[in-house]
Amino acid sequence: MSDTTYDTAAGAARLAAELADVPSEPGAAKPDPILVSDRMVRRFGGLTAVEVDHLEVQRGSITALIGPNGAGKTTFFNCLTGFGDPDEGEWTFDGTRLTTAPAHKFPQAGMVRTFQLTKALSKLTVIENMKLAAPDQRGENFFRALVPGIWRRQEREVEERADQLLERFKMDHMRNEFAGTLSGGQRKLLEMARALMCEPRMIMLDEPMAGVNPALTQSLLEHIKEMRADGATVLFIEHDMDVVSSISDWVVVMAEGRIIAESPPEEVGQNQAVVDAYLGAHHDAPLTIEEEEAELEEADELLEEIEEAREEEQGR
Amino acid sequence: MDLRSVLDNSFSAAVGVDAVIYALAAIGLNLQFGYTGLLNFGQVGFAAVGAYGIAVSVTYFGWSLWVGLGVGLAASVVLALLLGLPTLRLRADYLAIVTIAASEIIRLVARSVTFNDYTGGSAGLSAYADSFYDLNPYSGARYSFGPVQLSGNDLWMVTVGWGVVLALTLMLWVLMRSPWGRVLKAIREDEDAVRSLGKNAYWYKMQSLIIGGMMGAVAGFAFAIAKTSVQPDNYSTDFTFFAYAALILGGAATTWGPVVGSIIFWFLLAFTDSLLRQLVSNDKLPEAIISGTQVGQVRFMLVGIGLVLLMVFRPQGIFGNKRELALDE
Repeated sequence: MSDTTYDTAAGAARLAAELADVPSEPGAAKPDPILVSDRMVRRFGGLTAVEVDHLEVQRGSITALIGPNGAGKTTFFNCLTGFGDPDEGEWTFDGTRLTTAPAHKFPQAGMVRTFQLTKALSKLTVIENMKLAAPDQRGENFFRALVPGIWRRQEREVEERADQLLERFKMDHMRNEFAGTLSGGQRKLLEMARALMCEPRMIMLDEPMAGVNPALTQSLLEHIKEMRADGATVLFIEHDMDVVSSISDWVVVMAEGRIIAESPPEEVGQNQAVVDAYLGAHHDAPLTIEEEEAELEEADELLEEIEEAREEEQGR
Repeated sequence: MDLRSVLDNSFSAAVGVDAVIYALAAIGLNLQFGYTGLLNFGQVGFAAVGAYGIAVSVTYFGWSLWVGLGVGLAASVVLALLLGLPTLRLRADYLAIVTIAASEIIRLVARSVTFNDYTGGSAGLSAYADSFYDLNPYSGARYSFGPVQLSGNDLWMVTVGWGVVLALTLMLWVLMRSPWGRVLKAIREDEDAVRSLGKNAYWYKMQSLIIGGMMGAVAGFAFAIAKTSVQPDNYSTDFTFFAYAALILGGAATTWGPVVGSIIFWFLLAFTDSLLRQLVSNDKLPEAIISGTQVGQVRFMLVGIGLVLLMVFRPQGIFGNKRELALDE
């Protein structure tokens, strides 16, 4: 573990204060947005998968993007990170217009993403995976690559930073293993650590906790909070409401390609549009425990009414 | 039966000009296919462009051979750009289709009547390599190195040829240990991951195609100068596949794979050829099974069986790392 200790609780409190005056409504303006997206549309043939009017992401926040299956979260996410090829839309990241930029320009501008299905580079070792991601390497130019003296020093610095990150993610013992030999959870860790090698100001995580055991989920959550403590902005897609409410400062809910709600995590469960979207998709899987209780109460009331009506009938 | 001469022939082939030519072509393929994962099935097209680059420059334009080398290299860069620009954004198989088609187009254009004045049609061109052999320091008629016999000119060609092979191998060795090489290897594994980390995968693939193609052109130089004539039909698709066979035999994505692969490939071809001929001429093999004229084809069958067995028992090639191969799942 690195000796840096992070005051992650303070980060949450600071963001709660910053976002206190933001209204809980889709497309709400934030006091200091780092990412602003306008009129994003992505169609597949006749199907409009994404149609998002406006979204702002507060600088330094952990923002969760949730929604039922098929809501268009990943498609929207891909569009924001240069992998989606949207039909319409304008979006800027920290003042840089990224609308027409190819995918590799995004990390250069300071925004890096991970993938739901991890993309560890199997036949490269863990440390090579890490070093690959470092920006502005002199030895990445063909002619300079021919003269090792030009890039060797920078390579050592990159390696040092990579080793520090591996230590922080408790991956240092796997340093020289091929990434292809890692387990699913280790790949998630590697991908997250590798993304940080890009020195990003914003990190986009596509379902970072999917298919990961509960213990590792906790450590991934800690790493995400550390990213915020380091001053980075995090936007992540997630299914598990417990996870979302435990770390996010702000929640954006998508359904049927649109953003239907935005709010602090504790308010999400009370939002009628969100409840409808989820219950419409999964009658049997309520959103939260409170939701479940409310649903049961409703059912109880209904039963009581029926009972009363029956009694009345019998009384006649 | 003269087993001694069979071995002499085999060793001569193993260090001879053919091994040099295919080693050069295979080094280029190693960069493209082995390290970057690009399926260039038209390496012979680059070789043809190199060979005709010097032949046409000297015989038609009357320039010197050394200018011709520059022309050949420049032409291979242009060819790589032409093939890469439309296809490198697409899935890997499109490059394979386009390159194999382009290499055939180049051969057919070179042998067409229309360009007879430039390329000599199907007869090809000759008498352009004199300036190379003028520099030959070996004045003797015949040189012997153990079982290997070489004429003075061949020895000069082979010396320069293996020198270039060594230089290019060393260059690739340095490159593949650099951040540049790391990006190429990462592209082979997962292009999207590389893009998501801020590297312009398209441009790196283009560089790999260009540099591997220039190595193909150098193979064409060796081919044209060693044979002192270019004939279009020497530049058909089997050249590419022999080079691939050599590469995979030695081990793709290894430093010495393409070089040793080419040496062994030509050793085996010469060995089976000589052995079969000896057996046939000494009546060890009855005429009913195989005749002298069939030897040329049968040796390819035997070498083919050998390659199949290699893929079964040592799929990573001679130098490859089995552990690495197992990662493909």
